[in-house]
Amino acid sequence: MAERDALSLIEAERRRDIRSRWLLSTPALLIILFAALGPLFIVLVYSFLTPGDYGDVKWTFSTEGWVSVFLQRDIFDDTLTIADAHLTIFWRSIKLSLMTTVVTLIVGFPTAYFIATRSERTRELWLFLITIPFWTNLLIRTLAMLVVIRNEGLINTMLIRFGLIDQPLQMLFTDGAILAGMVYVYLPLMVLPLYASMEKLDFRLIEAGYDLYATPFRVLTRIIIPLVKPGMIAGSILVFIPSLGAYVTPSILGGGKNLMIGNLIELQFGAGRNWPLGSALSIALMLIVMVALLAYVRNAGSSGVKHG
Amino acid sequence: MARRFDIRRQTGFTTIAMIVFFALYLPIAVLVVFAFNAGDSLSVWEGFSLHWFERAMENGAVIDASLRSLQIAGVAAVVATIAATMAALATTRTEPYPGLTFKYAFINQPLMIPEIVTAVALLIFFSRIKIWTGYDGLAYLIVAHTAFCVPFAYLPIRARLESMDLTLERAAADLYATPWNTFRYVTLPLLWPGILAGFMLAFVISLDDVVITNFVKSGGQDTLPTYMLGQMRRAITPEMNAISAVFLLISIAIVTVFFFVNRKRA
Amino acid sequence: MTAKTGGLKAGLMALTFALMASTGIAHAEGELNIYNWGNYTSPEMIKKFEDKYNVKVTITDYDSNDTALAKVRQGGSGFDMVVPSQNYMPIWISEGLLLETDPGKMENAKNIAPEWANPDFDPGRKYSVPWAMGIVGVVVNTAAYDGDINTWGIIFDTPDALKGKVNVVPEMTDVIDAAVLYNGGTKCTGDLEILKKVRDTLLKAKPNWVAMEYGTIEKMGSGDIMASSDWNGSAFRQRLANPKVKFGYPKEGYVNWSDNLVVLKDAKNVENAKLFQNFMMDPENAGMNSAFHRYANGIAGSDAFMPADMKDAPEIKIPDEFKSVGVPSQTCPPDVQALYTKIWTELQK
Repeated sequence: MAERDALSLIEAERRRDIRSRWLLSTPALLIILFAALGPLFIVLVYSFLTPGDYGDVKWTFSTEGWVSVFLQRDIFDDTLTIADAHLTIFWRSIKLSLMTTVVTLIVGFPTAYFIATRSERTRELWLFLITIPFWTNLLIRTLAMLVVIRNEGLINTMLIRFGLIDQPLQMLFTDGAILAGMVYVYLPLMVLPLYASMEKLDFRLIEAGYDLYATPFRVLTRIIIPLVKPGMIAGSILVFIPSLGAYVTPSILGGGKNLMIGNLIELQFGAGRNWPLGSALSIALMLIVMVALLAYVRNAGSSGVKHG
Repeated sequence: MARRFDIRRQTGFTTIAMIVFFALYLPIAVLVVFAFNAGDSLSVWEGFSLHWFERAMENGAVIDASLRSLQIAGVAAVVATIAATMAALATTRTEPYPGLTFKYAFINQPLMIPEIVTAVALLIFFSRIKIWTGYDGLAYLIVAHTAFCVPFAYLPIRARLESMDLTLERAAADLYATPWNTFRYVTLPLLWPGILAGFMLAFVISLDDVVITNFVKSGGQDTLPTYMLGQMRRAITPEMNAISAVFLLISIAIVTVFFFVNRKRA
Repeated sequence: MTAKTGGLKAGLMALTFALMASTGIAHAEGELNIYNWGNYTSPEMIKKFEDKYNVKVTITDYDSNDTALAKVRQGGSGFDMVVPSQNYMPIWISEGLLLETDPGKMENAKNIAPEWANPDFDPGRKYSVPWAMGIVGVVVNTAAYDGDINTWGIIFDTPDALKGKVNVVPEMTDVIDAAVLYNGGTKCTGDLEILKKVRDTLLKAKPNWVAMEYGTIEKMGSGDIMASSDWNGSAFRQRLANPKVKFGYPKEGYVNWSDNLVVLKDAKNVENAKLFQNFMMDPENAGMNSAFHRYANGIAGSDAFMPADMKDAPEIKIPDEFKSVGVPSQTCPPDVQALYTKIWTELQK
């Protein structure tokens, strides 16, 4: 009897906890429902309509938008084939985002670690220093990078002056330039979450590691990285997903000869005047990303710190 | 003479960090230099001049746009950070409960869709409200910015929470601290670096937003990025560099003030 | 730790409140809300209008015809006037978005240059007043190539000296139109034979291009590119920075465009908007505006009020020999536009 009471007490406690957790998350859910997810239902509806003559939609049902995400009708011989243009463009953006994420992680990790190991007094100063460059507009910042990497730019001039090369290196309009630009733009999205989980790193654990004769590298891989894993996950998500839609940096630094997902979708809402296709493309993208994200978080999260 | 062994040290990390900071500020330095360009170009030097600063200062539109950017980013980031902190507290350090994964996907949704799509959806949705209520003030932009800032604030805060265990909070509760006091004096100070990181991300993300702002703004609501975007197909002049340089100066001044205020208190 | 936290928090809160308090803006007696392309309106000219009529003018920017159209069509935008391109004008008119203010009968209408007084896109000037007009052609840095530049061949059959140094401004309609004209077609053609040639021309030409983006002024100035498709006003700015940069009028045909000032049907300040339409047809004001945006304006006599470097600039004043090959910019039918989009996607995939 008493045991049952105790159990139901625990159960009641758990219910109350869940209820207060729902209450706590309500503001965030409401804001997103109102100004992001909710309006998206309009887009979902639009993806099943017919394109208007000059943009917008006509209110007749059609699956043409969804069909043309995957299949294309050749304009000259009228054959129906897989829409390889869309696949190529999706794959290009995904590849770029993956590389951006890996490189920002590689350079962002030491940077965040450096900041987190400063004295408490100067830590926030360094943190501000990371974000201040981002107070200036993306377009202006990217144009400033031109000056650094172009043939008569800062880097080439320096290298030639120091006699390291005699011909300028072609950096502008290369894939390397795009990657460098992307890393530059998305770095704070990696550094800040990393910092947030590193700042409280318990150095007694590291000390213990050294007491057991671990090398600094083993300390890094066996102690530090597992401890800051939540930050690495958050940072990777914050870099990977937004960079999927990026196109300003790739076009200014890389030359923009090839479309990114972002341009492809924007084209449909602009001069392409095919809102249903644009809507279908973006919902397809969202579904891919959401499935990947949940799978990633499930896998990565299972080894994270869960105990309380 | 052996150097004192520092357990925090990781070989090469400081060097990489220094290179990163250098690389971050190199284009910024270039940008500031070109604010003083006598010519029309953002990247071809034609001599020293202050006239872009004069022009920016005389240009009411660009000053308005800058203030509006700061205002929207300030309000949106504060609201988004508060909402995100609450949501993070609600979704971490718990046994899985029904709806947890749903919430996680829900909160991160604004990240997952290209901006243009949210922009078009919001244009259609907000236009109806604008016609219906007759109100076309800044609130639309602030709400839209708040929504897409939430995941940017949420993820760092969540990451921080996930690496904090509940021991201290339990101890406080055992000592009969009220939930609010436990939060105020135990959780919040521990969580603060995460909140700060989340806030700063939300702030810069809002400050840089173009596409959504462009579709949601009403008359006279240009922000600095949309003002800039409007010029992209015409000619971008160093006026933008001048205004950015002033921006940088202000932000550095704010940081310096904070730094010294904190030092006195510490 | 807590003291520190408190300091920062107080600071952030103070900042927020200061920002929230800075919203209130004083209003003049009358108002006028203009929705226009960015960096396209002379501030001096606006100041003059404000002082003359005691009206507070607010300018909001857009970056493309499609954005402007989408926003105004949804309603509730609160704008009084817009400056659409001529090829979008029939859409604006047929969708019933414009107010028929009849500027062709206003006092200053006599100043409109004859060739712009009765355009196809707005017969009799029932809705619109000319704002600016220009051409899509080619710019070439003649230091790199001194052959004939008055041809789309620069872009589509790139001479060896320019290979790998050509940029193409990624305006879908402009690029495909140029390729259509180069292949002897007419603008907005639905002829699949021609379009097939167009596709082949574009795919063959692309490897010779180094970039497809907007920043021609920056990249020509520094020599990152040596040629580009471009607008004439942009070419004019480039020549002022580097005299070797020349604008070519493609002999295969080029597209003439214009942007025109119209009043919206749901405008709140109709009287001020009409005053502004009339004001813009005054040569002095049109000249002031041209001095700023660097394009011609279609108002006779405005030359007198333009800076000396513009008056006989070869980019702004079309040389007589090339006048005949210009074709007016116009809206393509939806099915043709869909074909264009497919070719464009294939080109850029």
